[in-house]
Amino acid sequence: MEPIRKFFLSPMGAIGSLMLLSVVVMAVFAPVIAPYNPYERVQVTPEDILAPPDRSHLLGRDDAGKDVLSQLIYGARVSLTVGFAASFMSMVIGTSVGVTAGYFGGRIGNLLMRVADFLMVIPDLPLMLVIIAVMGRGLWNIVLVIGLLSWTYTARLVRSQVLSVKERQFVLRARALGASSWRIIWRHILPQVLPLIIAQAVLDISVAILAESSLAFLGLGDPMLVSWGMMLNFAFERALSRQAWWFLLPPGFAIVWISLALVLIGHRLEEIVNPRLRTHHLFNASRMVALLVGGGVGQQPATE
Amino acid sequence: MQRGNYVLRKIGFALVTLAAVLVFNFLLFRILPGDPVKLIIHSPRMTREAQDRIRANFGLDKPIWLDLERLAEGDIPGTFDSQFTAYLVNLFRGDLGISFATRRDVSELLAERVWRTVVLVMGANVLAILIGMAAGLVAAWRRGSRLDTGILLAALFSWALPTFFLGIILLILARGRLPIAGMVTPGLKPADGLTYWLDVGKHLILPTITMAIVYTGEYILIMRSSVMEVLSEDFILAAKAKGLPTLRVLRDHALKNAMLPMVTIIALTLGYTVGGAIQVETVFSWPGIGRLMYEAVQKRDYPVLQGAFLLLAVSVIIANLLADLLYSILDPRVKAE
Repeated sequence: MEPIRKFFLSPMGAIGSLMLLSVVVMAVFAPVIAPYNPYERVQVTPEDILAPPDRSHLLGRDDAGKDVLSQLIYGARVSLTVGFAASFMSMVIGTSVGVTAGYFGGRIGNLLMRVADFLMVIPDLPLMLVIIAVMGRGLWNIVLVIGLLSWTYTARLVRSQVLSVKERQFVLRARALGASSWRIIWRHILPQVLPLIIAQAVLDISVAILAESSLAFLGLGDPMLVSWGMMLNFAFERALSRQAWWFLLPPGFAIVWISLALVLIGHRLEEIVNPRLRTHHLFNASRMVALLVGGGVGQQPATE
Repeated sequence: MQRGNYVLRKIGFALVTLAAVLVFNFLLFRILPGDPVKLIIHSPRMTREAQDRIRANFGLDKPIWLDLERLAEGDIPGTFDSQFTAYLVNLFRGDLGISFATRRDVSELLAERVWRTVVLVMGANVLAILIGMAAGLVAAWRRGSRLDTGILLAALFSWALPTFFLGIILLILARGRLPIAGMVTPGLKPADGLTYWLDVGKHLILPTITMAIVYTGEYILIMRSSVMEVLSEDFILAAKAKGLPTLRVLRDHALKNAMLPMVTIIALTLGYTVGGAIQVETVFSWPGIGRLMYEAVQKRDYPVLQGAFLLLAVSVIIANLLADLLYSILDPRVKAE
């Protein structure tokens, strides 16, 4: 439990978690919190179009006369759905590929890593753009494309970890005792690698959310759903010249808010679970002395 | 492994990647349900001759990959007379089709715009790399200090910023002070070259800054962890122990060793920055490849989309190959390995 306490007691971890929690609450209770239902048709008069904030519409109205605040609250659902679903997909694919390549190696492992290299080289946003433009812009198409294209980093990470863990004593012992490969992977290797996978998955959620909003901003969001990226696209195309800041700024800040939350959490997790990042030799003179006298970097407790 | 071997392997990988991109591009735009060629050929607005021309050009009456019937007849060259071959032949002739929207040659459209995107991406990347490496080095050296926390938070924030949103914010802030759209001021007399290029330069400022800010965060994070890893190596301890001043350890031992992974990562990030170019060019109406892609998406102009994607993918593959070759020159271990 030590790492979990360490995570929540650090400012980055705590603040990031609270920020994420606020968006999750917003998404789950959207029908309760939102003053209007953005999917309902509304009667509009010309004065409603891009009307500035007032008491009944705290963030004003958009170019179709709809309440901006309600759209903002419902938009959290799209971002979180795409973020979590795509990241989960890339976690599963990346881990399977990484374990296959790291544990079994061989031709198939090699081939899979070449595919990963290939996907890493190809510019991802243009690739997603052409695929979505041709295949259609439904929500699950978007999730699928992001998930299928963003597992490469996880795969590399898992592969390098598996390569080192599988030579460790306890794995060799389990193998000597006749444990099957499957059992060794599940019981001995994956638990060791899991913390790093989770840290990476959290960062992947933010990458997926940014990718979805970029696609939506470029006009490739699901047309049936209200999302932050699409709100920005409409605001940019139709409200910029009218200086309707209440329509332009909130969705942008919402995207920054959620992705910053995930980046803070992910970065903090990575710091905790990756021991290599903990200490270095130029840090300060007194530690240097302690290191030299105490002998060996390994015994030096991390000062955090 | 000898360097020659390494170079050959990298060139091989680039070629395989290139082939995969060509096949993918063919598959995506020709075989899937939304096949644009079939869409236009059934369009009632097309004349009979135009339809025939397209049919001949794309080889639509031929099989997709290989003509197995002709193979069975022993007609080996005839086997390859397929749609895929027609696609490759058109490609190598530089014929990327005709834009649905403007009726112009796609390759011509791309050629006139490609340099505008190159200038933007290059400028922003150079800025981001310089600032990112300096800040990352300092942050790693002063690990845990307030300065480090500040740099780290700034980097994470810029990493979390959607490029298009930062662009919109800067656009609002700079309105009236700097040009915010297009490449030249409309109505500017290009009387002499200098005023023209100065005007273009002014239009470049905002897009470049936007992209640079977003990518600096990425480079800071990479540089910081890269330097931190080097600093925990024993040779740093040795250098320190023999009494070298900290700055020299940083410059001669930490920086040099952290630079190597940076070369590879910069090349890999290039594919990612190209995506940023689409967003920035869209926000600032910079008439490059990215803006072209945005417009093509709006108008469902598939030939342009296909051509632009191909161009971006091929340039990034080549840039990666160059980085790998550079790496083999910079890192003596590649020779000795």
